[in-house]
Amino acid sequence: MALEPAITDLEQLKNHPAIAKLTAWNPAAVEGAKFDRDEITILVERSLIRDACILLRDDPDCPFNYLADITCVDWFPSEPRFEVVYHLLSIPNKERVRLKVRLEGSSPALDSVTPVWPSANYFEREVYDLFGVRFAGHPYLRRLLMPEDWEGHPLRKDYPVEGYR
Amino acid sequence: MAHLTPTPVLEPGQDRTMILNMGPHHPSTHGVLRLILEIDGENIVRIMPDIGYLHTGIEKTCEAKFYQQVVPLTDRIDYLCPLTNNLCYVLAVEKLLGLEIPPKAQWMRVLLNELTRINSHLVWLGTHALDIGAMTVFLYCFREREDILRLFEMVSGQRMMTSYFRIGGLALEPPLGFFEKVQDFARRFPANVDEYENLLTGNPIWGMRTKGVARITAEDAVALGASGPTLRGSGVDFDLRRDMPYSGYENFKFKVPVSQDGDVFARYACRVAEMRESIAMVQQALDGMPQGPIKAVAPKVILPDREMMKTQMEALIYHFKIITEGFAVPAGEVYQAVESPRGEMGYYVVSDGTAKPYRVHMRAACLANLQLLPSMCEGRLLADVVAAIGSIDIVLGEIDR
Repeated sequence: MALEPAITDLEQLKNHPAIAKLTAWNPAAVEGAKFDRDEITILVERSLIRDACILLRDDPDCPFNYLADITCVDWFPSEPRFEVVYHLLSIPNKERVRLKVRLEGSSPALDSVTPVWPSANYFEREVYDLFGVRFAGHPYLRRLLMPEDWEGHPLRKDYPVEGYR
Repeated sequence: MAHLTPTPVLEPGQDRTMILNMGPHHPSTHGVLRLILEIDGENIVRIMPDIGYLHTGIEKTCEAKFYQQVVPLTDRIDYLCPLTNNLCYVLAVEKLLGLEIPPKAQWMRVLLNELTRINSHLVWLGTHALDIGAMTVFLYCFREREDILRLFEMVSGQRMMTSYFRIGGLALEPPLGFFEKVQDFARRFPANVDEYENLLTGNPIWGMRTKGVARITAEDAVALGASGPTLRGSGVDFDLRRDMPYSGYENFKFKVPVSQDGDVFARYACRVAEMRESIAMVQQALDGMPQGPIKAVAPKVILPDREMMKTQMEALIYHFKIITEGFAVPAGEVYQAVESPRGEMGYYVVSDGTAKPYRVHMRAACLANLQLLPSMCEGRLLADVVAAIGSIDIVLGEIDR
């Protein structure tokens, strides 16, 4: 099983059902796409993430009805610094898709998807806690794992592994 | 860690709820889970889990280790099913590397994973029954669990923190006599499950404590991110082993137990039926165990055998390089999910082309399952909280990471 090179050309991937659905709805929603190691990644415009999620969840052909996970990757020091990553699963069709939103390093914020999937509640709180990304419209955006009075966000790359001494 | 939102100041006689702390050191919370309960007499008005007491920053630690050094860390996330965590991580890295795993290693992985599932379900059944008041089942379950732990010790040298799966295959060839011991266990175990069922399934007290308690609908379970037996207990027929097979599960025949009721008893029935399916899969793995190597052919990634290292110069060089500077993994990202005893365990591994993972994220099944607890318990009796916690089978190590 040798590695195939990743396909990053949106033109070649536009027939993927999820990408086709999103571009048909709003061409500005899809900023890019990648097909690598049998996994599809769609880069979604920041302000449209919640609507894109609603669209994919309610798609009658392939409903991505299950939010498996939300996490974040910090690409410090490059900009845009943060990538918030959503892993969606379609239980009826047994398919996965990964959505990504890129955020600038200074006061990163985007819309919460808790109105779409209530399960996003803890996942977004965890990302807020460990990365300091704010989710607008989250019902209870407080630290989840770290103590309430902790300073800093430990999973950021500029936070030392052994903590501040 | 969370605090309750400030409650409004009440006039005397206006309201009679009170705030009660349950945990973090409460035997029925299965670890250090703290629940903030707002109760009206015996009825739950509001329930708020407070987690984070066991947060160890494993994800941050992973970023500072070589790829192969992360394997022992994954044991410590969910200490009841270490081999499932090992498997999920190594599958993710193997996918990043594009490695082909020989059949014998894949079958060994399935065999040990199903034993792990039984091990985890035995701990769940014993402690869950103990919480509700059935003492004997606990002793029975731990008797069989001990047998499984001996098998793990035999194959990996460790009872709990096994680290037996390595990137590219297995750590060691299974020892002589291992398969006979597993065969012996597989022959005995179905009768043991009958024993547990004799004690519980038809027991009227068990029925009263579990049937109709902590009910959750299929829609709510999907929306709140439930997975594993918690999801299947609500009638959603989805199992990653069957529907998105990995590590050779497509070669195995098994049924996925589903219950429609969505209550504590339904989840109990699912898990008990799963134990029977698992032992049948162990038997299939034993019967069809292929011969051949246990490691993939990738000298730059997999440590050479001890004998080769001492006799061949190239092997010695590779050994030195892997130990001192790790191995570079092609840049990319992978999300690999496996069906752990608790649900969908997922590893999201990002590589930037160096020998250390840029980011390792664990999708914990328990974290999502815990979100169901308020929906299950609000409006019900305090005593049912204990049954509900037991029925979602949480492990705090995995929740807090």
